[in-house]
Amino acid sequence: MARVIVITSGKGGVGKTTTSASFSSGLALRGFKTAVIDFDVGLRNLDLIMGCERRVVYDLVNVINGEANLSQALIKDKHCENLFILPASQTRDKDALSEEGVEKVLKELFHMGFEYVVCDSPAGIERGAVMALTFADEAIVVSNPEVSSVRDSDRILGILQSKSRRAVEGREPVKEHLLITRYSPKRVEEGEMLSYKDVQELLRVPLIGVIPESDDVLQASNQGTPAIHLKDSDVATAYQDVVARFLDEDRPLRFVSYEKPGILKRLFGGK
Amino acid sequence: MSLLSYFFGSKPKTASVAKERLSLIIAHERTSNRAPDFLPALQKELIEVISKYVNVGLDDIKVQLEKQDNCEILEVNITLPEQPPK
Repeated sequence: MARVIVITSGKGGVGKTTTSASFSSGLALRGFKTAVIDFDVGLRNLDLIMGCERRVVYDLVNVINGEANLSQALIKDKHCENLFILPASQTRDKDALSEEGVEKVLKELFHMGFEYVVCDSPAGIERGAVMALTFADEAIVVSNPEVSSVRDSDRILGILQSKSRRAVEGREPVKEHLLITRYSPKRVEEGEMLSYKDVQELLRVPLIGVIPESDDVLQASNQGTPAIHLKDSDVATAYQDVVARFLDEDRPLRFVSYEKPGILKRLFGGK
Repeated sequence: MSLLSYFFGSKPKTASVAKERLSLIIAHERTSNRAPDFLPALQKELIEVISKYVNVGLDDIKVQLEKQDNCEILEVNITLPEQPPK
């Protein structure tokens, strides 16, 4: 049974697009036929993060308006065999997204045999963000261990629980997952940052993973390679764990505790 | 610095301040943002029905929805006017 997963957060800049790119790549690497849709109409960026910005011809709004076929608009990912990207429109306004239009696109994707559709939500709680979560079966709420991000995550959870199709039709609610990104175990240890336990306690949503703060994320976006593909990177491993947990595999949390560097390491440096 | 704070007691860590502030604001916003929009209409209609039989005003009726874990409680509080002694 095909599933729609929304990556959402309320606040901007917390790592929704980074997560959408890595999570959808992770599903495709596991052999699932996956599509990832950018819902940020007017400010598309998923194409840059996935490294396919020069191959964009048609977009989501073109498909909704019947100006292009879905198969013309889908871009095949350069890293994964089973992954396709549907970019957002760069020029039109947000009203171009209609509920019927989005529903039609999703149905067609399932008809084409896609097993997972990942919806990359824009920031905020406006139309684009609501459209991205309307048809979700599951939601990954991305939050930084920081006050404004946690508060906005709680707001978006409220919207999921009231405006999603599942909520409106009184079906089984959207399955919620919490993903904490930009986590610094050292600062948590020093009492400068909310711990993942604090955030989870505040939001009361099951934790699907913790992504450590890392320079690698910028390195990945510079090159247009989703972070999950990086070699020897904690971020890549952490995202692989997220995908595994999503597929109901048991993975203990990693990169959440801080070990003080030994005296030798402090004297001689090194990573 | 660490030696001084050891002797004079340290300030509360900012993370615990953040947690405390968040738990208050989130609890507050959960109750105010997630109230269903039918409450005012319900209140109005209840008053119409009750005022047919008893003389009550808009302020004599309080409708509140509370949520405790998985259980929602609709609380309707009606203050009846004092009966004049017969």
